Amino acid sequence: MIEERRKERLDRGIKVRTEGIYAISSWEEMGYLLLPRLALICGMLAIPLVIPSLYWQRVISIVCIYSLLALGFDFLAHFLGLVSLGGAFFIGTGGYIAAILNTSLGLPPVLTLPVATIGGGAICTLLLYPCLPLRGVYFAIVTLMYPLVLARIIEALDIMGGTEGILGVASFPNRWIEQYGILVIVIVSLFGLRRLVNEDIGLVFRGVKDNDQAVKASALSINFYKSIAVFIASALGCLGGAYLAHIYMWSGISQFALDFSIIPIAATVIGGGGTLVGPILGCFILVPISELLRAFGTLRIVFYSLILVAFIVFRSEGIMVYAQRKYHQFERWVKV
Amino acid sequence: MSSEPILQVTNVKKAFGGLQALNDVSFDVKEAEVFGIIGPNGSGKTTLINCITGFIKMDSGRVSFRGRDISRQAPHKIAAMGVTRTFQIMRPYYTLPAYKNLIVPLFSPRARKGGGWRGGGKLGDRDTVCIDILEEIGFERDSFVPYKLASTLPTGYLKRLEIARCLALRPEIILCDEVFSGLSMSEIASMVPLIERLQMEGITLVMIEHRLRELFRVATRVMVLNFGEKLAEGIPEEVMADEEVKRAYLGSEEV
Amino acid sequence: MDILIYGIINSISLALIAIGFALVYGISRLANFAHGALYVVTGFIVWSILNILQINYILSIVLSLIIIGIIGAAIYQFILIRVRGMAISEIIASYAIGLAMLEGLRWGGFKGMTYTLPVFIEGSIEISGIPVDFQRILVVLIGVLVVFLLWLFTHYNRIGLALRGMAQDERAAMMLGIDSDRMALVAMALGSLLAGLAAVLLLPMGNIVVEAGYNKLIMAIAVCIVGGLGSWVGAVLAAFLIGFAQIITVKYIASHFHMVVALLAIIITLIFRPSGLFGRQKELEERV
Repeated sequence: MIEERRKERLDRGIKVRTEGIYAISSWEEMGYLLLPRLALICGMLAIPLVIPSLYWQRVISIVCIYSLLALGFDFLAHFLGLVSLGGAFFIGTGGYIAAILNTSLGLPPVLTLPVATIGGGAICTLLLYPCLPLRGVYFAIVTLMYPLVLARIIEALDIMGGTEGILGVASFPNRWIEQYGILVIVIVSLFGLRRLVNEDIGLVFRGVKDNDQAVKASALSINFYKSIAVFIASALGCLGGAYLAHIYMWSGISQFALDFSIIPIAATVIGGGGTLVGPILGCFILVPISELLRAFGTLRIVFYSLILVAFIVFRSEGIMVYAQRKYHQFERWVKV
Repeated sequence: MSSEPILQVTNVKKAFGGLQALNDVSFDVKEAEVFGIIGPNGSGKTTLINCITGFIKMDSGRVSFRGRDISRQAPHKIAAMGVTRTFQIMRPYYTLPAYKNLIVPLFSPRARKGGGWRGGGKLGDRDTVCIDILEEIGFERDSFVPYKLASTLPTGYLKRLEIARCLALRPEIILCDEVFSGLSMSEIASMVPLIERLQMEGITLVMIEHRLRELFRVATRVMVLNFGEKLAEGIPEEVMADEEVKRAYLGSEEV
Repeated sequence: MDILIYGIINSISLALIAIGFALVYGISRLANFAHGALYVVTGFIVWSILNILQINYILSIVLSLIIIGIIGAAIYQFILIRVRGMAISEIIASYAIGLAMLEGLRWGGFKGMTYTLPVFIEGSIEISGIPVDFQRILVVLIGVLVVFLLWLFTHYNRIGLALRGMAQDERAAMMLGIDSDRMALVAMALGSLLAGLAAVLLLPMGNIVVEAGYNKLIMAIAVCIVGGLGSWVGAVLAAFLIGFAQIITVKYIASHFHMVVALLAIIITLIFRPSGLFGRQKELEERV
């Protein structure tokens, strides 16, 4: 008789003990919950102090900007089923708005950032609105199309600086503000989004993704909630774009570049979709590699694309999903 | 209660390609009655509900609710007016516990505007309200059943969950699409008091059913559809005595 | 008059580019975002075979078309087939592959020189006083021929009929014994072939640049959306609509506006008639 065994996964005892109010019943449980989060926050805040060279500090800022895009992508893709193939669209919009506000109206970064975020978010949502009632593939097509088309329009009509872009955008007053600003923004966005998806409105979003007929029958407008989600994701992206404009002191067509479209997707798939923290981890891995590979030109993009395809095809779950599974559950072999 | 019909459906037509699913269907539903819609398979009953509640656009015809024309409205707006429906192929949120399934409808403007569930008080803790609603429709309060994942619930509970989803919206009409199908005799027996209670609270029910005996226990009037056309309307005894209805269900000897 | 002639040329060009995409989407509901990449890759393959292997032009073309058909089929068989049905992954996968191909070409040394393909017949003739190259006339003729052949294929050939059956109702086709995966494979191969054909016909009129990959993809998508995703007749008609709109805009407004026209066409279609001219599918989230 061959004994058959199968693998069984169970939540760890401590995970079950930390559900609900029991989480504060002892230091052990609180530590279980708080440790990963604290490690993340402290780790991120410590980075500017640890990294020596100015070049690499700037790379970390870029990582954070990509993280904002990746957060938006993961949020839209896994919580609403909308695949955004054009992160560059948000970066470009935010960047141009900030640059124009700064050079034409002389607004300082502290004002251009909020305006670019909210205004950019509104503009992007408006432009994406026609495809919201439709199936997911339309959203993908339209987000793919916007950065390419807008870049060509700007180039062809030679408006807003044309191919040269808008120069002379003010930078941040202080190196430390520049670095910590974006790090704090990323941390706040991450925890904010996590909170959001665990609130009741998060259930509505998930309903929109899985079961839109039931949501409609529950007297809720699908378009409205999709618009809210798209607004949040595009606002994050525009914030990143505006920040980028101030870091480089310039805003131009290359902000619509493919990097901004493909890296968030690759980061999400590698880091673990659906976790919201996985994409950030993915950015921390991919962007420095991208910088190191800069010498190879656009081969980097080939590289990410192929890794992305490999991850998708082999149905890999992503780093954070794996890590979370190991943290929360244990496995054992059981007789069938 | 006024004598004006609460729901008026007039001359509804809907064709899918070459198939005429609904052909000139008209009927009125009085307030707080239980109106049954019966008919053989494929007679267009679910299409009728979809047209009334806005999930499918009808080709022509008019639907009015309390005198207001709701013919071309979006489904969520119709639900927000109090015209709710259940789904024949049930659509719970499978990965959520049963009570969390009700959070989405409680989120709607209609539920929030009411300021409290069936009574005064601000809608504070949605979770508690969910448990309350579930208790109303027969989930045992102190048991673990409301907390079970929707994917693990048996059919009887899922059907009740569908109705609960409608109740969360404080409806004026519930259009039930085959709530008795798939249930055992005892499960139906326990659903009947629920239906009677809903009717006593003033909610109008339109029930599409196949199980005629159970339906006739609760329905005040029924309508028979066959191949998208209305055959008869009236109290159950009269309708079932009608020759055409008998022929539709049982077939005729003529070839 | 010149609008008419240039309009026809432009429209048929658009139709040629779009029909491959429309075919694949219509049959297997796969949005092949690598369509533009296949277009450009064919151009480079022809160039390479012609100039490096020094093979006769016609033979190079035939070889390249076969190669690109195989590449398209390979993409389906090894990558897309594993993500069939998962909408998010399908989109990301085909997009990533297209990106990999195009950016790989951009890096792979095909730069610094301008790459062109020779035209088939030199010279031009005058039609009603407007000079038209022979190449462009050839494009129109072959374009019409291709559409006609496709029509014949899908109406009279067994495989073509199977493809049409899949396009109309996948489940019913499967119940009749049509292998859905094999048909999707054939569809991808055919779609890539058509992309290659469009490239072979249209690239001699300009340079082979990687940017064309993205431009043609957008054009193909615009035509398919306006015509209705999944409708081949719609795609051809939409090609004419957009083709003439572009020519008219270029003549009367400014010459950079083709992209804008495409963009506007998509947006207007999505707002007012999301299913396009002949869309047979439910574009809206309507499944009750």
